[in-house]
Amino acid sequence: MKFKKYIILFSSILLLASTEIKASEECFEGTSRAIFKFNMGFDNAILEPIAKGYNKLPEPIKNGTSNFTSNIATLLSIPNHLLQGNIKGAGNATASFLINSTIGIVGLANPAEKMGLRAQKEDVGQTLGSYGIGSGCYFVLPILGPTTVRDSVGMLADTFIDPFAHVTWREKELLGASGNQLDYLTVKGTTAVDFRADNETNFNSLEENSIDLYASFKSLYLQNRENKINNSSESEDDWGNLDN
Amino acid sequence: MKKISSVLILILLIFKTSLASTYSSDPQTFVQELVNDSISKLSDKDLNKEEKADYIRNVALENVDIDALGLYTLGELRKSANKNDIVKYQEVFKEYFLKSLTSRLTDYSSNKFEVISAEKKSSNYTIVKSKIAKSDNQPEIKIDWRIYTKNPDKPLIRDLIVEGLSLARTQKEEFASILSSNNNDINILILKLEEFVNK
Repeated sequence: MKFKKYIILFSSILLLASTEIKASEECFEGTSRAIFKFNMGFDNAILEPIAKGYNKLPEPIKNGTSNFTSNIATLLSIPNHLLQGNIKGAGNATASFLINSTIGIVGLANPAEKMGLRAQKEDVGQTLGSYGIGSGCYFVLPILGPTTVRDSVGMLADTFIDPFAHVTWREKELLGASGNQLDYLTVKGTTAVDFRADNETNFNSLEENSIDLYASFKSLYLQNRENKINNSSESEDDWGNLDN
Repeated sequence: MKKISSVLILILLIFKTSLASTYSSDPQTFVQELVNDSISKLSDKDLNKEEKADYIRNVALENVDIDALGLYTLGELRKSANKNDIVKYQEVFKEYFLKSLTSRLTDYSSNKFEVISAEKKSSNYTIVKSKIAKSDNQPEIKIDWRIYTKNPDKPLIRDLIVEGLSLARTQKEEFASILSSNNNDINILILKLEEFVNK
């Protein structure tokens, strides 16, 4: 209980400190670059080979896996939509989860999308961003990859409000559902493999064409988070003063 | 008579080839024509890798505003750097850009491409929205094209925004990182680009 209080206190201090700092600023670049190097080694040795194998699986298996992990992730979106005051989004996500979990056979199929229900992914980092909390400085976590102060606090908070994490990671029963930490890690690991497999060509192209791969990943991560918080894919327009 | 008709056919063929590389001045049609043309060339099994690379280089030189892209990716340094250094930078940036583009596209496999809409942002810019259909290897991809329309007769591509991620901005931030860790020395950046071009 005391530990939880410390986490909340520490997170609040971090968040307050982060509001003034831009995401492009580094928390500790040297360490982050070293961790990034380690992560790339991990990717080359483990994640990439698994993703390549995964890509060779028949399409229905890949789609089913992707739908399944995506459906579970919807559970985290529901409370976040509510925290953002987006009742329609919460309704869509709930309906999508219920339809896919039942008609879609535990989420292996995605009939909700065919019905026009597209559950937008939301997490606590996005919710905090929507409250106007700045991202804070940027750093890289081992295995988990790029993040910012706000997003790392959000990631921690996700495990407290995500019903799936509640049942699996915290091993608490909810509406008759139970699970364990291995279930949690399996789903998160599968999500990572699915994402890596989907982006195999993009990763290869980035590795081949970047002269500072660390900076490319940082830029892509920050742009992606910015878009998710703004719920938009509009890129920042800073071409205005280049009118030759 | 046979000779004349052969010459005529040759002229027609040359004319057709030169026409093929001139696309519409309407940004939306420009993107659709350019991509259709590129897909047909890049998926042509009769063309080898070098021929495809040559094609990409020529299309890029003709239709991408590489000079402006180079200046954009240099960020604020373009205002303070020495003019000779900027000229040198732009030369090597062009080679860097073309090499990186050809390596990305020569292995392109044809996917269904569709232009969805165009939004005029200002007299200088139109954003053309498009998508590549979902295939076995990849999910559906949304691509926005930032088209520079200052010369309305000759639209030019300045940026591609893939699923909300701007390629130009990514490049700019990559260069900014190199510059900031090297006292904003443009020559270090030029050196790194030359290393990439020559590898």
